[in-house]
Amino acid sequence: MEAAMDLMRRMPPGRAETALNALLSLLPDHSLDLLSQVDLPLQVCMDKESLKEYILCEYNRDADSYRSPWSNKYDPPLEDGTVPSEEMRNLEVEANEVFSVYRDQYYEGGISSVYIWEDEDEGFIACFLIKKDGQGKRGHMQIGSWDAIHVIQVGPEEEGAAHYCLNSTVMLSLTTDNKQSGTFNLSGSIRRQMSMTLAVADGHLVNMGRMIEEMEGKLRNSLDQVYFGKTREMVCTLRPPPEVLNMRLPDS
Amino acid sequence: MSEGAGAGEELSDRQKREIAVWFLSNAPAGEINYVAKDVRALLGDDAVYEAAAAEAFPEYNKAHLVSLELPDRSGDIIITPYGELDKNNYLDPRTAQVATVDHIKQHCTKLRPAADEELPSAYIEEYRNALDIELSKYVGEAYPKGICAVYCSSGKDIEGPGADFGLVVIISAARRSPQNFCNGSWRSIWTLEFNDGSQFVEIKGKIQVGAHYFEEGNVQLDTNIDCKDSTILQSPEDSAVSIINIIRHHESEYLSSLEESYLNLSDATFKDLRRKLPVTRTLFPWHNTLALSLTRDLAKELAIGK
Repeated sequence: MEAAMDLMRRMPPGRAETALNALLSLLPDHSLDLLSQVDLPLQVCMDKESLKEYILCEYNRDADSYRSPWSNKYDPPLEDGTVPSEEMRNLEVEANEVFSVYRDQYYEGGISSVYIWEDEDEGFIACFLIKKDGQGKRGHMQIGSWDAIHVIQVGPEEEGAAHYCLNSTVMLSLTTDNKQSGTFNLSGSIRRQMSMTLAVADGHLVNMGRMIEEMEGKLRNSLDQVYFGKTREMVCTLRPPPEVLNMRLPDS
Repeated sequence: MSEGAGAGEELSDRQKREIAVWFLSNAPAGEINYVAKDVRALLGDDAVYEAAAAEAFPEYNKAHLVSLELPDRSGDIIITPYGELDKNNYLDPRTAQVATVDHIKQHCTKLRPAADEELPSAYIEEYRNALDIELSKYVGEAYPKGICAVYCSSGKDIEGPGADFGLVVIISAARRSPQNFCNGSWRSIWTLEFNDGSQFVEIKGKIQVGAHYFEEGNVQLDTNIDCKDSTILQSPEDSAVSIINIIRHHESEYLSSLEESYLNLSDATFKDLRRKLPVTRTLFPWHNTLALSLTRDLAKELAIGK
């Protein structure tokens, strides 16, 4: 597994799916571990009833069908597909509604889905997903995509507080392609964890929402400043821009 | 590890080798040895691994223009198809020597003077050498760790004016900084067609830049561009100066365009995907979502009411 995960952080992010399939065929015994530890760009499906799109993932899959968070129905239909309890489903409906407003305010578009189900030890797990594809309305971006996966494990309520453990992954890809500047692709993924114990007075959704908002801000900032910054630094080390060279060689 | 794979879907050795080759060929600049270690551990089969390595390393070394130190420490040799005499022997045109390389260990084992028939004629060598001198000056100024070479790609036996010939300029600069989780490479290949009929030199360039940063993540830059230009065929020295000026111009332009892409990235591109703050410019009112849904309900009712 260690070698497999090391390979995943070296392979080109755009080829993560091929890499994962190769690992799955090499290590069939570790398929569960691999599928839970390697994130792939999200897939989307249309809810035929509400005509709203939703995101597919391991958490809304049963056999070969996926459950829509809007209609709570499986596609292709499943007679005995697992559904959340009524309490969880109510929270899920509310979370989907609120989270789409959040998504619209930050992403100005995109698709979001939230799935919630009971955990074994009295708590529950919630998975918040966002997918945004961009076509460059401000003129620069040709193709871009942002996929965020937030999985929160919520412990049982004790003395008015609960423990929240958030695991987040963001996968990002940006490509510009034109004759003048050639093909420019910057892509990658980062994964972070955050744990908090919070009072439940305002409800779980408020706590989970705030944690996700903080986490997304941090991840976005890291990608922008640290990760992209480091690759840019590398380019300047390989071939320093003329300003830098001129400082060293005043005569050129 | 792969023992007892069971489930009736045991891969054949051929399939395993193909997978191993795929991983090795997709290794970022400077990382094939790390990938090789992982692949070897995953396969758990040294024979399959060695077959895969023998296939993947030479291709990887050539594609990445890997440079190796010559055994006599007189310089570096670039692994490129343009200098390839056979699978393990590569010409260093500057020192007119042939190095035997071990692709998998990525080092030179032997060095011998090149035979006359392996080298271009005196006429071609004049052009090649003049270009190499200008190129070395340019690369020395522009690339802190650049390695470069000029090869003859066609017409190496021409004795004088009256026929076409081709030269290739290779620039390879790599940085490895695994302790900082960062590696990168700049590769340029410029093919020059000296056309005797039109008295022009057709210049075609391909520049590829890659960078990988992988501390708690995996982010890769992958860029390339094709350029085209031409100049008048002149004396070896004058041709060399004007060709290198053209290369310098295109490469500087390209560097600026990369810088510009990075600037646009933060300002515009990133914002198109996810804003730093919501459209409302304040954090999302999680505590007040009841109001949100009330507004929605109201909007819905109004819509129904219409």
